Amino acid sequence: MSSPDRRRLGLSLLASEITVLFRRKRTWAMLIALAAVPVLVGVAIRIASGPDSGRGPSFLSQIAGNGLFVGVASLVLAIPLFLPLTIGVVAGDTIAGEASQGTLRYLLVAPAGRPRLLVVKFLGAAVFCFAAPLAVVVAGTLTGLALFPVGPVTLLSGDQVPVGEGLLRLLAMAAYVGVAMLGLTAVGLFVSTLTDVPVGAMAATVVLAVTSQVLDQLPQLEALHPFLLSDSWLGLVDLLRDPPLWSTFGTNALLQLGYVVVFGALAYGRFTTRDVLA
Amino acid sequence: MSTGLAIETDGLSKRFRGHDAVADVALAVPDGSVFGFLGPNGSGKTTTIRMLLGLVSPTAGTAAVLGSPMPDGAAGVLPRVGALVEGPGFAGYLSGAANLARLDSADPLADPRTRRRRIGEALDRVGLGAAAGKRVKAYSLGMKQRLGIANALLRPRDLLVLDEPTNGLDPQGTREVRTLVRGLAEGGTTVFVSSHLLSEIEQMCTHAAVMRTGRLVAQGTLDELRGAAGDDRLHLRTPDAEQALAALTGAGLTPSLSGQEVVAPLQGRPVEDLVAALVAAGVRVRGVRLAEASLEDRFVALTGEGFDVES
Ligand SMILES: Nc1ncnc2c1ncn2[C@@H]1O[C@H](COP(=O)(O)OP(=O)(O)OP(=O)(O)O)[C@@H](O)[C@H]1O
Ligand SMILES: [Mg+2]
Repeated sequence: MSSPDRRRLGLSLLASEITVLFRRKRTWAMLIALAAVPVLVGVAIRIASGPDSGRGPSFLSQIAGNGLFVGVASLVLAIPLFLPLTIGVVAGDTIAGEASQGTLRYLLVAPAGRPRLLVVKFLGAAVFCFAAPLAVVVAGTLTGLALFPVGPVTLLSGDQVPVGEGLLRLLAMAAYVGVAMLGLTAVGLFVSTLTDVPVGAMAATVVLAVTSQVLDQLPQLEALHPFLLSDSWLGLVDLLRDPPLWSTFGTNALLQLGYVVVFGALAYGRFTTRDVLA
Repeated sequence: MSTGLAIETDGLSKRFRGHDAVADVALAVPDGSVFGFLGPNGSGKTTTIRMLLGLVSPTAGTAAVLGSPMPDGAAGVLPRVGALVEGPGFAGYLSGAANLARLDSADPLADPRTRRRRIGEALDRVGLGAAAGKRVKAYSLGMKQRLGIANALLRPRDLLVLDEPTNGLDPQGTREVRTLVRGLAEGGTTVFVSSHLLSEIEQMCTHAAVMRTGRLVAQGTLDELRGAAGDDRLHLRTPDAEQALAALTGAGLTPSLSGQEVVAPLQGRPVEDLVAALVAAGVRVRGVRLAEASLEDRFVALTGEGFDVES
C-alpha cells in the first residue's frame, strides 16, 4: 500500500492535493456557479418557450424538444468565458497561492521536490478541468429531465440515436472539454510560477484565454489559428455527428498536449531555478 | 559527517539587485550543539537559513547540511531536517492537523500509516492538542507559531533549523520552547536557532554566531564569545572620584566615570591590589563590585548601539 516507491512518486502528495482542492469552499462555489448555467438556461427557456429562432449550432433551440440538449447548450455557452475563468482561478493559484500563503517554503522543505510539486499541482488542476464540464453536464441533464421531454437525440446529420447513447455522447463532450482546458491549465501553471500574487496569475491566465479567442476570430491570422490555445475549444460539436468525428478529439488532444509540453517545460525551467523568497 | 559539523558554509553570499544580503559567511555548526544565530533586523539571518534549506541559491560560496551540499542534496537531507522559516505558513481554511497532514504527505520518507499518531504527538508537544481540529484561520499568532514548530517535529530529526521560534509566543510558550529545544538537544538533535534576543540565546545555546549587515562578525562557544568581550570590570563607589581616576590611571588602567561610579576594565589585574593602591592614594572606598563581561556588551560592540536598520 505505502511502499517507499509509491511514496517517492508523490501519490500521497497528489491524494492530499486533490483532497484539499475539494475541501475548499472556493472550488465548490465555482462548481456550483458552473452548474447554475444549465439551470438558468433551462428555466429561461421553459418560461419563455416560444417558437424556435432556429439559428446557429448553439443548440438552445433544441432544448424545448429534448432536455438532453440543456447540457450541450450550456457547455457551449460556458466555454468562451465561464470555464476559462474557473480554470484560470485554479491554475493561476497553483504555485502563487502557496507562495502567498507561506506554505510553498514548507512544502519544499518537507521536501516535496520542485519537479514533483509542479507535476502534482498540474494534475490537481487537471482534475478540476474535468470536474468543471462534468458539473455542467450533470446539472444540465438533471435540469433537462426535470423541465423538458427527453427522447432520442437528433444528431447534426438529422439521424437519431437512443437516449443511452445520447448520454454517453454528452459524457464524451465533457471529456472533450476537460482535455481542451489542459493547455490553459499548463499556461496558468507557468504564469503561477512567475509571481507570488495569485490574483495576478489568475487574471493573466484568463486574459490569455480571452486573447486567444479574439485572435482566433481575426481572419488575417488564419495561418496562426490551428496553433491557438482555444482553437479546438468548440470542436466538441463534432461528437454529435454520425459517426462521431473522433479525429477532432485527436486534434484537440494533440494541440493541448503541445501546450502542456511547452508551458510545462517553461514552468519547470522557471520553478526549479527560482529563489523562493515568499 | 566526518567533519563533525551539522552545518558548514564557506564564502556563502547572496546578492539581491546589487545589495549584499549575505556576504562571505563561513558558519561551522558542530554536531549536537544548540547554535544561536544572532543579529539585528535585516542582518541576513533568514536569507542564510533559506540558503541552508535550498530555498534560495547562493550567489557565491557553498553550504553543506548534515554532510551534503545544498541545494543539490536537498532531497536526501531535508527529510532529516525540521524547519521553521520566517514565521509559520499555513492554509487558513484547513485545520491545524490537516495542515500538518498535508506537509507530511509531501515528505517522501514519511510513513502514511503512522501519520495520524505522529501529528497528534507533535501537536501535543507544542500544547495544541485541543486546537488540532480548529481552522488555522481562527488561530492566534502564537498558536500558528506553535503549529510551525509542531511541523518541524513531525518526525525525529537530526537537525532543527528554527528561525525566531519564540516570535509571538507568550512567556509560557517561550519557556516551553526553551525546554523543548534543550530536550531535543539532549536526544542528540542539533538545533540551529536564530534570534535577535540575546537573553534567549544565552539561556538555551551552547554556541552562537553573530551577524551584522550580512557578514558574520563572531562565532564560537558562548564562553569564547564572552571571553572575547574583553575584561571583567571594576566598579568603584567613592566620594573621591577625581583621586580614584588618577590612582587607577597611575596603576596602568583606563578608568572612566559612569554615573556615580568609577569603572575600569581589569586587564587581568587582581582586584585586591587595585583596592590597596586606591586606599594608599587616599581614596575613600565605599564599595567595590566586579562586573563580569557580558554577552550583551559583546553583542552591542559587534552590532552597534543604533536602533536604525543598517543595510
Ligand atoms: N526578497 C528580497 N528582495 C530583496 N532584498 C531582500 C529580500 N529578502 C531580504 N532582502 C534583504 O536582505 C537583507 C537580509 O534580510 P533577512 O530577511 O535575511 O534579515 P533577517 O536577519 O532575517 O532580519 P529579521 O531579524 O528582521 O528577520 C535585508 O537587507 C533585506 O532587505
Ligand atoms: Mg528573519
